[in-house]
Amino acid sequence: MTDQPTNEPNPGLSSSGMSDTGIAHLEGPLVSTGPVEPEPPSRWRVAMNEIMGGSIMISILSIVLAMVAGAILIAVTDKTVQATAGYFFAKPGDMLNAVWLAVSGAYSSLFQGSVYNFRREGFLNGIKPFMDTLNFATPLIMAGLGIGLGFRVGLFNIGGRGQMLIAIAIAGWIGFALDLPAGIHMIVAVIGGLIGGALWGGIVGLLKAKTGAHEVITTIMLNFVAFYLVSFLLRTPGALQAPGSNNPKSPPMKDTVVFPPLFGERYSVNLGLVFAIIAVIIVWWILERSSLGFKFKAVGYNPNAARVAGINVGAMFIWSMVISGALVGLAGVSQILGTVTTGFSSGIDAGIGFDAITVALLGRSKPWGIFWAAILFGAFKAGGYAMQAAQGIPIDIVLVVQSMIVLFIAAPPLVRAVFHLPTPGVFRKRTKIEAV
Amino acid sequence: MKLELRGITKRFGSLVANDNINLTVNPGEIHCLLGENGAGKSTLMNVLYGLYHAEEGEILLDDVVQDFAGPGDAMAAGIGMVHQHFMLIPVFTVAENVMLGHEETTFGGRLNMTATRKTVRELSDRFGFDLDPDALVEDLPVGVQQRVEIIKALSKNAQVLVFDEPTAVLTPQETDELMLIMKQLRDAGTAIVFITHKLREVREVADRITVIRLGKVVGEAEPTATNEELASLMVGRAVDLMIDKGPADPGAPALVVKDLSVIDHVGQMVVNRVSFEVRAGEILAIAGVQGNGQTELTEAIMGLQQHVTGEISLDGKPLNRLSVNKVLNSGVGFVPEDRNVDGLVGDFTVAENLMLDRSDGEPFVKFGNLQLGYLATFAEEKVEQFDIRAQGIRTLVGRLSGGNQQKVVLARELSRELRLFVAAQPTRGLDVGSIEFVHTQIVAARDAGVAVIVVSTELDEVAALADRVAVMYRGGIIGIVPGDTSRDVLGLMMAGEHHDSRGAVA
Amino acid sequence: MSAVSQTSGAGADKIVLEKAFVKNWKAPISFGVVTIVALLLFVLNGREGTSSFKLTADATAIQLPVIQLPTVATGIVITVLLAGLTAYSAYRVQTERKTPLWIVAIFAFLFLVGFLAWAGAGASIPVYGLLLGTVALSAPLIFGALGGVISERSGVVNIAIEGQMLAGAFVSAMVATLTGNAFAGLFGAMVAGMLVSFVLAAFAIKYLVDQIIVGVVLNVLVLGLTSFFYSTIMTANPQMFNQPARFPRIEIPVLSQIPIIGPLLFQQTIIIYIMYVTVFVVWYGLFHTRWGLRVRSVGEHPQAADTVGIKVGVTRFWNVSLAGAVAGMGGAYFTLGSVGAFNKEMTAGAGFIALAAVIFGQWDPLKATMAALLFGFATNLQSVLGVIGSPVPSEFMLMLPYVVTILAVAGFVGKSRAPAADGKPYIK
Repeated sequence: MTDQPTNEPNPGLSSSGMSDTGIAHLEGPLVSTGPVEPEPPSRWRVAMNEIMGGSIMISILSIVLAMVAGAILIAVTDKTVQATAGYFFAKPGDMLNAVWLAVSGAYSSLFQGSVYNFRREGFLNGIKPFMDTLNFATPLIMAGLGIGLGFRVGLFNIGGRGQMLIAIAIAGWIGFALDLPAGIHMIVAVIGGLIGGALWGGIVGLLKAKTGAHEVITTIMLNFVAFYLVSFLLRTPGALQAPGSNNPKSPPMKDTVVFPPLFGERYSVNLGLVFAIIAVIIVWWILERSSLGFKFKAVGYNPNAARVAGINVGAMFIWSMVISGALVGLAGVSQILGTVTTGFSSGIDAGIGFDAITVALLGRSKPWGIFWAAILFGAFKAGGYAMQAAQGIPIDIVLVVQSMIVLFIAAPPLVRAVFHLPTPGVFRKRTKIEAV
Repeated sequence: MKLELRGITKRFGSLVANDNINLTVNPGEIHCLLGENGAGKSTLMNVLYGLYHAEEGEILLDDVVQDFAGPGDAMAAGIGMVHQHFMLIPVFTVAENVMLGHEETTFGGRLNMTATRKTVRELSDRFGFDLDPDALVEDLPVGVQQRVEIIKALSKNAQVLVFDEPTAVLTPQETDELMLIMKQLRDAGTAIVFITHKLREVREVADRITVIRLGKVVGEAEPTATNEELASLMVGRAVDLMIDKGPADPGAPALVVKDLSVIDHVGQMVVNRVSFEVRAGEILAIAGVQGNGQTELTEAIMGLQQHVTGEISLDGKPLNRLSVNKVLNSGVGFVPEDRNVDGLVGDFTVAENLMLDRSDGEPFVKFGNLQLGYLATFAEEKVEQFDIRAQGIRTLVGRLSGGNQQKVVLARELSRELRLFVAAQPTRGLDVGSIEFVHTQIVAARDAGVAVIVVSTELDEVAALADRVAVMYRGGIIGIVPGDTSRDVLGLMMAGEHHDSRGAVA
Repeated sequence: MSAVSQTSGAGADKIVLEKAFVKNWKAPISFGVVTIVALLLFVLNGREGTSSFKLTADATAIQLPVIQLPTVATGIVITVLLAGLTAYSAYRVQTERKTPLWIVAIFAFLFLVGFLAWAGAGASIPVYGLLLGTVALSAPLIFGALGGVISERSGVVNIAIEGQMLAGAFVSAMVATLTGNAFAGLFGAMVAGMLVSFVLAAFAIKYLVDQIIVGVVLNVLVLGLTSFFYSTIMTANPQMFNQPARFPRIEIPVLSQIPIIGPLLFQQTIIIYIMYVTVFVVWYGLFHTRWGLRVRSVGEHPQAADTVGIKVGVTRFWNVSLAGAVAGMGGAYFTLGSVGAFNKEMTAGAGFIALAAVIFGQWDPLKATMAALLFGFATNLQSVLGVIGSPVPSEFMLMLPYVVTILAVAGFVGKSRAPAADGKPYIK
């Protein structure tokens, strides 16, 4: 019993019909191909519609809405606001003033912690927060690319944590245990990490291809398996544990393996950013210009048609998860060779695997979209720490804002309703006719 | 109960699916709603059943205006529907399916299965259905599932019963039985709406006939009208499905299939020791009622089935146990049964779909790089050659009409060097113009010396194309007969009777 | 006539589709792997000594004898038995029969006994404590799994169990502290879980957003919100916000004295009793009431449900909400039943194990409960073995539920068949 109507004049081929969200149903395409080129004669109107009601505007408005929600949280938990709320009807100005102070203080420290700090002397010092942002963004770009690539093949890789941990275990071991010349050591460690992530991701692809096991379940489970495995290795002398220590922590990385800083010791930005940008370009090439990417996308949009067209769907699942895992693994490598080079424990992934999902969604699974989304979220992270230090607002608020952004982006009708935007005509959901 | 539809208009965006339709059905009457695929019959019935809300017009039952917010209201008012795609839950029992939506409960909210079983048995006995209330629906044959649908409607005291294309999945024999049931129901005073596009059935049971075309009522007819009259009403012009086709000039056997069996995922033998051959330059039509193994047979040839035994060879080279890709590369073109699901990627452009099954090597790919320039030239050429009506080669295929989508599939499959061309239900859901185009292309492929297999459930299509006809029944080939075999004989074969067992020689 | 050819030799009137058996070697292969593990551990790496199994606590009235088993001999006997079962399973496949569930159950039990004997060589294994701890550790998993079952049976994938539980834990701690009443806290947990579900349901049903994405994002959102409020409100004034009243232990006279079963079933806090009732109610409801029939119908074939007048969206919405309430109770167990205060990220992945139990339990409330108990058992075994000095690193025991689930979804253990419309939005 299929639900496929046989007698409709224009059957919607896409199983989702939700091209404007960028996030469709998983069994079908997960991501839209983006804007269709505008057709004359209404080229200008369509273009306007696209900007006003389409994806870019939705993304920006989603960010705004989420920031507003964050502001509300900041305001209601602010001590002064709470105190002044008690006599709101007597002197409303006090409370409004307190709200303004709390929110503006928080967001200005967020900005100064992530983009430019005006209180520092000179441009080179003032720009340091932005460099921190780039540093935080680096692993997010890499992991976001991995998750996004999976999305394009119709796979939801929630296994970022596990893939990072395995990559870290291998690259980390190479980094502290081997003695190799500078440069070569680093390359070997990076390759080791790529292999580790690829392996852990590949298992998922293999299980999906051979047995049909759903990747969401297997990735979640493999996260825990990797966590306990690495925890075990970290407390086992001779494995990853630092010699002479009782803590579940590895020795520091050798100097020959650490990513050198890009713009001098003053800034935290390191060679990892270059790797990230190279990864963006490679993924762009795979998805837009290569035969492999063509097959990936065919499988992502319609695995049945891909199979009938002679594309080995199972192999695509495996290869995409291998590449996805490798990219996520690279994020792990950048963590230990770029950010935390003094040895790692089992919490080293720092939630990047999950952040990467939101990055990929915000970037609509397109390589450059992911790049910019990662920089935004990197800014939230960098600024979040500054905000916590300066205003005493817990960094957890960043999680709230990030997840709300993604929720809003996922539901454009909601955002349009909030801002009374027009529904873009070109993207209107194809109506099923004569559905049976 | 008398049903009346007055001025029903239903729009989907700019498309008018029903345009000011009037229809009256009296109790004790079978009213046929005749129309081509896509004429708007099912939309009208979904409006009647409360699934859609019409922009204009009203529904009257015994002269009382009704306002249905959903199917629940329609059912409560006495309308029952036997859907084209059965609305049964496969993992529920017959009784559970029948009770769903108006369950009776006993102490503790416990479902009253006993009462429902009794209802099922009573209704089943009345019509001689022989239904087991505790059988799982997924285990029942299609014909029996339809009876569950009928009982489901009757158990809700339906006074108006809508049959939506009920014979599509039935053998001629089962169809005859259904006709009897419908007459029985009519004689019991039920008002029946019978939706179909099959003229013979209409003439057999209809008391009145209303013909719909492009969403409008284009005429009423008496059951005494001839097939030609009805057909020309239905499609708006005299139809001649026969295309110009010269006699076949068959060459050496190209495809040879020996003892082929296919086992499906639940362990059923869906294709049972089938042997046949197709020669170069001939069309072998595989006829049969839907679901008798035709789909699995073509999929087995393409390498799309898992558990296949027996031999398949093309020009002497074995084809079985090859991957789909290798089968395609050995010169096999394939038009799958359901182009939406298996033939096209809706979110890909026309151009991308045209290279879908050649994404591995030249000319579309060099050193792993897509040759976008070559693809554009190629696509422009094919769009021209196959008259694909799209705004451009970068239009998403999902936005094309069914006919143009099918042309994309044909363009892709026919622009390679072929030795064998397999077309499964190549014209399903297409308009008459597209059907002609597709048929012409298939015959052209034959005349170019390609061995062709056409799978079709429509006898008209079989008659138009076949040089020889193989009829499938329950997984086996019941017989292979010449293309000009009469419909009656084919019909009997489709019901599982051996051609020669009746001694009739064409 | 010459062109007529016949192929199949079947008769004209009744050609019944033949049933063919597709040999599936997964069961004997998995058995074989486990048997080899048993051989390696119990026999080749056997540990000297005697393993004693203690069935009753010292304090109870009725005492059962302690079972003493020679470790090496037990290991050998069990390995032989396992090999026998493997061979039998292979024989069944060879003769085209499936491996029934009872063989799997016996196999698993034997391996478990062998493992316990081996791991507890020279020590005493407190079986009663093992089981009691299992119930305690499984309770939140069971609530979570039931929430998952209800939601997924209605066709909405519930990845947000973790979020529902975490929200439940947070709110129950807060409400129970403010009101001083544990029951109010439990109710608050249900409401909190429901609120999370509202968001899931609204996005999944109204806005047709991919349910897995909403679930994953909701988990992050709840984590962020609870951690934020924990850091801003709770830590500032724990006496006022984070010292919840806890459920007392209620002992049912006489019944609680039955060995083994007594303490498990009749010597628990009220929330455990509620759990037992919930398991039964959900099972009975799903399979024997109008509610269950309708829930399952919208999860299997929403269009069919629609055509008989069942409102698919509404049904799904309220059942996802109900699922949130049930999962929320699981969260309350953390704060009101076991720990006694809210902590950041205190559910620590329990929601994901509950999800694993849903799948391992084949979307059936009873089987999911069993799966949750199994996972709780594995976790508890790890800590018990830690006490008596286990040869197996604790991390590998903790991994067990996840590895088992991977094997389950890969089809090596049982056959999982999700509700047909699970995860698919319904568009008319």
